[in-house]
Amino acid sequence: MTYRFRDLLALEPLTADELRFLLDQSKPFQEIQKHPLKKLATLRGKTVALAFFENSTRTRISFGTAAARLGADTMNLQAEASSIKKGETLLDTAFNLNAMKPDCLVMRHAASGAADYVARHLDIPVVNAGDGTHEHPSQGLLDALTIRDRLGTIENLNVTILGDILHSRVARSNIHLLGKFRCRFTLCGPSIWVPRELEKIAPGVPIRCVYKVEEALEDAHVIIMLRVQTERLDDPSLSASDYILMYQLNAERLKRAHPDAIVLHPGPINRGIEITPEVADGAQSCVLEQVTNGVAVRMAILYLVIAGASEGGAHPALEAKTSPSEETRKSKESANARD
Amino acid sequence: MLVIKNGRVIDPATHTDAPGDILIDGGKIAEVAEPGSLGRDPGREVFDATGLVVAPGFVDLHAHLREPGQESSETIETGTRAAARGGFTVVCSMPNTNPVNDNAAVTRFVLDRAEATGTVRVWPIGAASVGSRGEAIAEIAGMKEAGIVAVSDDGKPISTAKLARQVMDYCRSFDLPVIEHAEDVSLAGGAVMREGVASLRLGLRGMPAAAEAVCVARDVELAELTGARLHIAHLSSKASLEQVRRAKSRGLRVTCEVTPHHFTLIDEDVSYDSRFKMNPPLAAREDRAALLEGLADGTVDAIATDHAPHEPALKDVEFDRAPFGILGFETALALALEQLVHPGRLSLVRMVELFTRGPLGILGRERKIAAGQPADLTIFSLDRAWTYQVERSPSKSRNSPFDGKKFKGGPVATIVAGRVVYRAN
Repeated sequence: MTYRFRDLLALEPLTADELRFLLDQSKPFQEIQKHPLKKLATLRGKTVALAFFENSTRTRISFGTAAARLGADTMNLQAEASSIKKGETLLDTAFNLNAMKPDCLVMRHAASGAADYVARHLDIPVVNAGDGTHEHPSQGLLDALTIRDRLGTIENLNVTILGDILHSRVARSNIHLLGKFRCRFTLCGPSIWVPRELEKIAPGVPIRCVYKVEEALEDAHVIIMLRVQTERLDDPSLSASDYILMYQLNAERLKRAHPDAIVLHPGPINRGIEITPEVADGAQSCVLEQVTNGVAVRMAILYLVIAGASEGGAHPALEAKTSPSEETRKSKESANARD
Repeated sequence: MLVIKNGRVIDPATHTDAPGDILIDGGKIAEVAEPGSLGRDPGREVFDATGLVVAPGFVDLHAHLREPGQESSETIETGTRAAARGGFTVVCSMPNTNPVNDNAAVTRFVLDRAEATGTVRVWPIGAASVGSRGEAIAEIAGMKEAGIVAVSDDGKPISTAKLARQVMDYCRSFDLPVIEHAEDVSLAGGAVMREGVASLRLGLRGMPAAAEAVCVARDVELAELTGARLHIAHLSSKASLEQVRRAKSRGLRVTCEVTPHHFTLIDEDVSYDSRFKMNPPLAAREDRAALLEGLADGTVDAIATDHAPHEPALKDVEFDRAPFGILGFETALALALEQLVHPGRLSLVRMVELFTRGPLGILGRERKIAAGQPADLTIFSLDRAWTYQVERSPSKSRNSPFDGKKFKGGPVATIVAGRVVYRAN
């Protein structure tokens, strides 16, 4: 079976098979991260455009590193240095980047749907590195990879997501991925951030909203923390000390979860606000593995959207000595039966 | 002299639904007679309306023609040509132009431009407050003298309850309706669609249904306080409709209009395509169901398009940044047939009423298909298959979510003051 990913805009439209394939393709790239020499020639001669219209450190560096380890070159657009402040539209900026002939555009933008919008107008693959409060597909994938490594499976798990779910693109990508593997979700945080309608955003996926952290953690296999965005604390204004009192994940509360439960956090962490240092640095925490896995997942994403691959086909990380795939990238029109 | 021959003449004002011939002379209806009885005399131009409905000219209470000031999106010329293609003989133009129509000079400019370049009649609506800024009452008396038919700060609500009360009080002396864009701005702030499961899924900021209903409640109370004529524009929610229904049962002079897009589409239809972005936003499934009910039971008084052209350069951006509004003229009748008449929700006569007698009544006017009346007629088909292709629209803008949609039935000819201003091929 061949999977073609024309773009990677969201996890919601992907099937369980496609998601599993993406995770499986990431696996050999994880091994590469342990090698003394981490660079492949898979995408030699290819160029990845990284356009971050919204501030990001981790994701931008992670995609940049992934591209470098695949042998690709990168071009970087950072919001501050760009002509956006001079009034250029998003589409014009994208057309200009595209005119420099990259093979893929990785973009982050503050507007939900921005990657979707740009992808409709470009003939190269677009990878969404986070759009507003919609999705963050690579984060969803790297979280799933981390869970699978630690717990041996991503199926039938009790997943608790803590924090500002309303504004979280990470939570949405987690739900749309893990929900396809029969995971059950408990969303917890101040009710103002956890509207009841969230229970219906992924039809068929069991989602419940609860407002007591002790109840939310009961029997959880996976706890996904969200960063309390300090800018969100002002809109509406919530008291940080109230948040700590009610929702901070500390060692005592963590005891309510399943004994083997793991704790994930997409970072950056506000130590002492949403999570105590002892939990963040404890044995159940996976935060640094997440970061390492992020590079592997992003290598898989770039490899798949630029070069394409088949199930059972040779994986570049296992054939590091052979020459890079010269398979021409499929044009968007002919690619991906899903569309 | 023009004879409209053999049409099915429908006039809710006279409870007519019967075949007939209509003779037009000098911009007025000269005679209405039995089918086949007119049109034999030489020298009379004959329009064969066999198999077509002949209705009083449709009136759109709510449109944005963008002139003066935003001519790259629409002009009175292009907008009224599009209106004619939609079967409208009268378009009420909202005052949120640049400059705002808040004084007699702008009102006269709009009327002069309509006279010089317009295809259909333009009845201007004046601003309620100076610059629609919600501070001081606009020159309503002067605009009334110049020819406005209503006042509104459309695009936004009248800023405060106090000003709304004053405007209503003042307008009572001119017997002008106050048209309200009902929205609690503090509740709606920053939103780009309706709040609900769809907005959560898309990660787009939503405004709750209450943003509209809170303002409707405020204004209904003020209508009672002042005795003014209050008209709620583009009403979109079940809760607001319920307020209007109760106001009517209390005997208040409160009316409302619904747009074709709100009785056709819902929030679940929204994607990241800015052609689905308008204000009020597409509402929930149960809101649409309530609107359909209100259209049938008489709670809703008129169908109005809220035709809101935006040139592609403005509209073709990320969803968050796109301005609110979509085109409306050319698809209104076809959507009403598709959603209301063909499924049997409304009688054809009731639908025609919502485009004619309903909006006219809100403005305190009356028109009939009868001798001596202005010869404004809308002729349409119930079954002609056609496809809406926005690139063929005379409008300067292209922001319609209905581009490419196939319809059954629609406008065939539009007659204004006895002149055929549009005729389908």
